[in-house]
Amino acid sequence: MSPYATSHLLRFAVTLSMALVMSLFPMNLAKLAALPIYAAVVLLLMLVETLGAIGGGSQRWLNLGFMVLQPSEFMKPAIVLVLAWFYHGLPVGLIGTWRAIVPAAALVGLPMLLVLLQPDLGTALAIAFGGAVVMFMAGLPGKWFAGGALAALVAIPLAYFFGLQDYQRRRVTTFLDPESDPLGAGYHITQSKIAIGSGGLFGKGFGNGSQSSLDYLPEPHTDFVFATMAEEWGLVGGLFVLLIFGLVLRWGLTVARDAQDRFSRLLAGGMVATIFFYAAVNLMMVMGMAPVVGIPLPFMSHGGSSMLTNMICVGTLMMVDRWNKRPGKNY
Amino acid sequence: MEPRLSSNSLKETFDRRSFVLGAVQGGVGLLLAARMGYIAVAENEKYEMEAESNRVNLSLIPPRRGWILDRNGSPLASNRSDFRVDIIPERLHDRDATIDLLAKVLAFDDLERKDLAERIESASSYQVVPVASGLDFEKYAALTVRLPELPGVLPQQSYARYYPTGSSVGHLIGYVGAPSREEYELEPQPLLLTPGFKMGKNGIEKQFEQELRGVPGARRVEVTASGRRVRDLETREDIPGDPIRLTIDGPLQDYAARRIGLESGSVVVIDCLTGDLMCMASMPSFDPNSFSDGIGRVEYSMLSENDRVPLRNKVLQGLYPPGSTVKPMVAMAFLEAGLSPDASVACNGGLRVGNRVFHCWNRRGHGSVDMAKGIYQSCDVYFYHFAQQLGMNVISDMARRCGLGQEFPLPVASQFYGTVPDPEWKLKKYGREWQAFDTVNATIGQGYMLFNPLQLAVYAARIATGRTVMPRLILDGKTPKFGSMNFHGDHVQVIQNAMSDVINGPGTAGRARLPIDDVLMAGKTGTAQVVSLSLSNGKTGPWKYRDHGLFISFAPFNNPRYACAVVIEHGGGSGSAYPIARDVMAFLFDPAKALDALHGFEKQWGGTAQQRLEQSYAAYAAAAGVDLPPAPAPIKLAEKVDAEARAAIAEPETPVTDALVPREDPVGSANGNLT
Repeated sequence: MSPYATSHLLRFAVTLSMALVMSLFPMNLAKLAALPIYAAVVLLLMLVETLGAIGGGSQRWLNLGFMVLQPSEFMKPAIVLVLAWFYHGLPVGLIGTWRAIVPAAALVGLPMLLVLLQPDLGTALAIAFGGAVVMFMAGLPGKWFAGGALAALVAIPLAYFFGLQDYQRRRVTTFLDPESDPLGAGYHITQSKIAIGSGGLFGKGFGNGSQSSLDYLPEPHTDFVFATMAEEWGLVGGLFVLLIFGLVLRWGLTVARDAQDRFSRLLAGGMVATIFFYAAVNLMMVMGMAPVVGIPLPFMSHGGSSMLTNMICVGTLMMVDRWNKRPGKNY
Repeated sequence: MEPRLSSNSLKETFDRRSFVLGAVQGGVGLLLAARMGYIAVAENEKYEMEAESNRVNLSLIPPRRGWILDRNGSPLASNRSDFRVDIIPERLHDRDATIDLLAKVLAFDDLERKDLAERIESASSYQVVPVASGLDFEKYAALTVRLPELPGVLPQQSYARYYPTGSSVGHLIGYVGAPSREEYELEPQPLLLTPGFKMGKNGIEKQFEQELRGVPGARRVEVTASGRRVRDLETREDIPGDPIRLTIDGPLQDYAARRIGLESGSVVVIDCLTGDLMCMASMPSFDPNSFSDGIGRVEYSMLSENDRVPLRNKVLQGLYPPGSTVKPMVAMAFLEAGLSPDASVACNGGLRVGNRVFHCWNRRGHGSVDMAKGIYQSCDVYFYHFAQQLGMNVISDMARRCGLGQEFPLPVASQFYGTVPDPEWKLKKYGREWQAFDTVNATIGQGYMLFNPLQLAVYAARIATGRTVMPRLILDGKTPKFGSMNFHGDHVQVIQNAMSDVINGPGTAGRARLPIDDVLMAGKTGTAQVVSLSLSNGKTGPWKYRDHGLFISFAPFNNPRYACAVVIEHGGGSGSAYPIARDVMAFLFDPAKALDALHGFEKQWGGTAQQRLEQSYAAYAAAAGVDLPPAPAPIKLAEKVDAEARAAIAEPETPVTDALVPREDPVGSANGNLT
């Protein structure tokens, strides 16, 4: 059980209880708290940035003594919450005007900038994705998204050459051709694919994965936990994980669609998108379809911050589900 | 409350768009499932193999090299257990720090450290670079303790090549070394990258590489990514290489090498009955033991600066004018051409041909000279006279029949074969007609004639037995049968008797008589001039200008068993050669007696050849600075030595324009001892 299983189960239990408590919160409280929570997380991000600058070097964590806090993680649900609150408050008629996009863009842009400064491209993209999905579902004109996509197409090469750090650029190039550097940066992807591929249909059996137990697979219990799983449980185990994620996400979307008002709809939809982003990018990375970015697999990867974030998302969904089932009580 | 219509349309938009999002999510899910199925099922075999090759580390165990044995089965090259250290450059993290720490733990001096850095520098990253071998257990243990600080460094217990007689067999046996990049490219096998594996770099070691190598063992080990061994899966023992049994007589080879002493030269002993090469000693030499971890720059500088060229195998790569040692062959040519052994000529110290006088080495003349006297007194005039009558072609034909100028089918890397000159050859080479003085020069083994010591030994054996003796180096259990040389009548006995008289009669080498009562040796002296009379008297002055000393012999004279050729470079005349031949031949019949004589000499010389080599190395190393050039790789070294040997051969660039004037020999004329 030690060193990982005990703490993982413990975290799961603690964060699940938290999510259950969260689900009891009334909608008014959620609306009321949206902006303060967002502001608090931005302040924490600034604090991290300042401490990093003082300490000389980048820093992503705040050590609170009993736990290590990664404020950028909290920004992922916080951005969904604050945008849901914003579009809820925005008069319906203004949805096609600049007033629907500019404040929202500022709300997304500020934390993204702070996270990029850390630098943590993966989390910044996750924040952007969550924000974009909420805006999309809020009904902003479709042509804006088409324009945004176009702008991104232009921006990506520019960002690649001017915006990315060297190590990030290398990750992109090795993702495109892992064999170019099998012992260096391509090592992660190659070993992960070997782990998944050698598992076959039914896997090597629990505890018998040579890739993970002999240290060939880097980060076998955190970012690459899915490769470990697939090596030992095979395609069957992997598909089982995919199925469970599918069920959770489908349930989330059902909750969003059943929601009675705009705030809960957007809130639930955004949370589903956040979980989806985590899972999809992690799995794509593990299978060699995306560059190596440090994004863990929800609920499976060992690590407190990501567990907390995902439980907050799930807790929020349960909360919305409860609002759906008892309409009127919270108005 | 929001206006109903707009609010409803936004709800519709949301439903539509959330459906799109759901579809996208489902699509991504399906994509992931498909991708995973592809990796885990379609490519399963490939990845399973890769996982297995990750997990299992197959390390080769270098095979124990086959021994090289002498004719009696005692080892000339064997293996001994050894603690050694190697480096795999691509696994090094910090090269300089590793070298520093290694040098500290192994107590390297500056030069050894520099050599190591050089070896790592010139190796490709996957190659194994030997650091040191023959470590004592303390150093080995000290290194093992510090291994965690030294990634890429491999200490191991293995076998090292050992040559018990060291420098005595250096040229003959060659040496071993770690495979070079070129050798790996030629033969890209994993064994060549295995730490501790050595391959033959020269001599017999190189020629019989495939036989000596053996089959590597293998160890399958489960390892972690960082190379830590988890458990052994299975081990296959190595199959040692086959032994090679040479015709060489180990003790004789060692004796001859040591007996050459301070001189630079070579000794060849051949068994007249079987053609077995019992001794092929070339001195000074190098210690093959110290070459197997790469040639150190101190050692290389010392060896390459020595004008006695210790790196050259003089038996095969030394070509010398044979001097008067050709006279028995020339006499045999005369006999076969119909000349009576009793035909004589008056020697007045010179012979007039046309309006020129060709000199005999003895200016006062030998009086009436027949064939036997011509040989044992080495009278030049006798040979000038009859060669003018019979012509050069009978001489050159006989030279070739006797094996002079011949390349023998021996397993050696480099064998120079020299020149048997004749009119046709001269016309082709220089575009000039053959002249009377050319014949004169040829009869006394000067001018264009160049032979190696091996050829001289074969020639002695063929003259002694009248059989077409062919030399061989490998003992294969067969007894070769040689055909007759088809010499007529008692011609062989005539020559044998004359050669016996050289030593045992009124000849030029009375002091070459064997110190053994019932064994008589027959032979012929030779002195080869390297520069003209005007430059040097051949005996004193600069070493390079002194005459070569040569001697061919066989014993016992009435029933020849062993033939021997000795060539001493710039020895100052045949007097430097025949005492060595005498002692080497004596060793074959009475080793104890011969060894006594040798021990006396070695006391004067300052130890055995091996001891003197070690002393001069120590002295050289002490005197040398740190900026010596590094040694070339063994292949390059062999090429270099070969090229230098070719360049050193004194083949005239331009045609010889006159007869050689043989040096008068005051000692020789006084007691009939020298030519």
